[in-house]
Amino acid sequence: MEIVAQRPKSLRDVQFTYCPGCLHGVAHRLIAETMDEYGIRDNTMGIAPVGCSVFAYKFFDCDMAQAAHGRAPAVATGMKRARPDMVVFAYQGDGDLAAIGTAEIVHAANRGENITVFFVNNAIYGMTGGQMAPTTLPNMKTTTSPYGRDVNDIGYPIRVSELLNTLEAPYYIERVSLLSVPDTIKAKQAVKKALKYNIEGKGFTFVEFISTCPTNWGIDPNKSKDWAKENMLPYFKLGCFRDKEKDNGGK
Amino acid sequence: MSQKILMKGNEAVAEAAIRAGCRLYFAYPITPQSELIEYMAKMMPKVNGTFLQAESEVSAINMVYGAAGCGKRVMTSSSSPGISLKMEGISYLAGAELPSVIINVQRGGPGLGDIQPAQGDYFQATKGGGHGDYRLIVLAPNSVQEFADMASEAFDLADKYRNPVMILSDGLLGQMMEPVSFKESKTDEEIEELGKQHYEWCMHPNTGYTERHHNEINSLEIDPNVLEQHVLELEKKYKLIEQNEIKYEEYKVSDDNEILCVAFGISSRVVKSAINELEKEGHSIGLVRPITVWPYPYEAIAKAIGPKVKKVIVFELNLGQMVEDVRLAVNGKVPVDFMGKVGGIVFTPAEVKEKIEESL
Amino acid sequence: MTYEMICSGFGGQGVLTIGRFLAQSGMKEGKNVSWLPSYGPEMRGGTANVSVVISDEEIASPVVSNPNVVVALNQPSLDKFGPPTRKGGVIFVNTDMCPKKIVVEGVDIVYAPMSQMANDIGSPMVLNMLAIGMIIGKTGMVKYETLEEDLTSYMAGRNPDLLKMNLAAIKKGMEVANQ
Repeated sequence: MEIVAQRPKSLRDVQFTYCPGCLHGVAHRLIAETMDEYGIRDNTMGIAPVGCSVFAYKFFDCDMAQAAHGRAPAVATGMKRARPDMVVFAYQGDGDLAAIGTAEIVHAANRGENITVFFVNNAIYGMTGGQMAPTTLPNMKTTTSPYGRDVNDIGYPIRVSELLNTLEAPYYIERVSLLSVPDTIKAKQAVKKALKYNIEGKGFTFVEFISTCPTNWGIDPNKSKDWAKENMLPYFKLGCFRDKEKDNGGK
Repeated sequence: MSQKILMKGNEAVAEAAIRAGCRLYFAYPITPQSELIEYMAKMMPKVNGTFLQAESEVSAINMVYGAAGCGKRVMTSSSSPGISLKMEGISYLAGAELPSVIINVQRGGPGLGDIQPAQGDYFQATKGGGHGDYRLIVLAPNSVQEFADMASEAFDLADKYRNPVMILSDGLLGQMMEPVSFKESKTDEEIEELGKQHYEWCMHPNTGYTERHHNEINSLEIDPNVLEQHVLELEKKYKLIEQNEIKYEEYKVSDDNEILCVAFGISSRVVKSAINELEKEGHSIGLVRPITVWPYPYEAIAKAIGPKVKKVIVFELNLGQMVEDVRLAVNGKVPVDFMGKVGGIVFTPAEVKEKIEESL
Repeated sequence: MTYEMICSGFGGQGVLTIGRFLAQSGMKEGKNVSWLPSYGPEMRGGTANVSVVISDEEIASPVVSNPNVVVALNQPSLDKFGPPTRKGGVIFVNTDMCPKKIVVEGVDIVYAPMSQMANDIGSPMVLNMLAIGMIIGKTGMVKYETLEEDLTSYMAGRNPDLLKMNLAAIKKGMEVANQ
């Protein structure tokens, strides 16, 4: 019998703790498949954040560290400096990375740390039960913005990829989506690029995934993808913001 | 041991840490520990080590977390307000059982306080500071030589117990110069071996080593029963540390003592001067100096109370923190008195002598 | 013997250096030493002082409350550290910046126009070496030879002229102290 699909080796045989329809599993899979393809599983360390993906340290089959809320890029820095012979990636959500961990991500990127940060943006805090995130859209209702996000009061959603693109050091920054099959295939290419540059020691690489939260948005999984396409993508435009390899003319 | 060099405490402890195999140092500038971070900036590149000036103390301690998770000897340093910022990370280090060394060159507080020497972080260091049930091993030096010696001692203890260790110093010890001699530097091979002792639990490549592993550096246990077990295991470790690692110095403790003094760190030096002066005047005064302030030498203090001791007097550069531990140790046997000095001001030998004389 | 010294003056007059060279030489002569600076914003321009202990015994407190050697390079320093000087001690006073005299019972007081003398030797920068000369000439805290050796190894390669001037200043200080 021919095997047409199976769990990547870089994911452990552990059941995900994610809600039905959640796209964290897809993002995990893209990363794990790429680790398999590059054969780096035995030489990689990952970091789980605080948020829905807090248990990611159980899922990836490489050495993993669980970091304090927002501190993953600092922890990643310590790991990479201690173990320059290993590949280091951090996996963070929008509350973790764009609110409490703003200093850490900006400075790790600014130092050009040779790490990859995967950033999952679903415009809401998932694990704590649907509170407003720094990426929550204008007028979007959450449990802590029950009347809708008032941009005059709390400001506008932060576009992290664009923010990091103002820095000199980062080597690669791309925003992708997990909202359709073609987009997911493109997302895989971004993950591959980011980890390739990481392995080659090129510097800081960053992939932002536009994702959903059916549970806390209160929209069923398929409709939530449509909702994200209609509402998130106009604000968080997909695309590659920085690719120094390309900018350098191929090599 | 090398020839003696006249050196500031801040520089001496940095040099000693490098010699003890520390090759990763993350910190943020703050007075009065700046000579330490500057020494590391200058010397780490010469031993192919990592010096990184972090964007904050919060980041620095989390970089320590990452490097310690790889089993490497790693250190950070700061002064009081910066140590407060590190407390989140210190709690995580303790929870994840990561060997690491933190130096606090204490200054006056609370808040921004001032930059002069103080001992106001005793509670923070010995009773918690960060959240949850955890303990730091806390060493309190009283000379530049001891400050330096404690660097290697701190790394050894951290490795032995998989626990963060703090050296609780102060601005005076940091800024003062005294002759210091250093131990031989550890070789690269020895440092490599020190790291390998942690391979059972730390993050390291699968390739080229024993069987495949999946190691997790983690302080999260969502199941209350599992967390309970974890915390109870930590408690067992802390009990073991209490059994094995208590250190203290007795100075002129005898059955003739009229008064017993207790002081730690730089305060103990000033108290010694006062004791020497009073000895010339025919008085017998003893001093117990806790060298580990956690684990604390409760029994040693109780035992040092001689038959003629009228009173125990505690001297600290704060408003009375360690005195609570001394009261527990003395347990009502004799009265416990206290003299403190705050604001970053150090009491003089004359002031300490006067305080003791009140009770003679 | 235990010397408990406080040197004090304006920041930039070199009081920390006076202490440092004496402590270093004391150490080279096999004695116990400590050097404790005042530190902080007052390091530039304000009053700076250093406490130095040089002793055959183990040093208890590096904090000095009753010195037996005081160097006062300006009036505020003399006012602050002069009175607590121990009986049998000595105070060196820079009369160029200390207009008022002082009386402390049982304490020897040595007055000298130190700023002017340093200028005469060649530079206001050698005031600290002049003070060192006065201290060792009067008290024998450390030997001249130890200082010369230390200064030579520190300065000979970099600035031989400055070394010469510094050594001249120390000798001049020793001479003044014994007059």
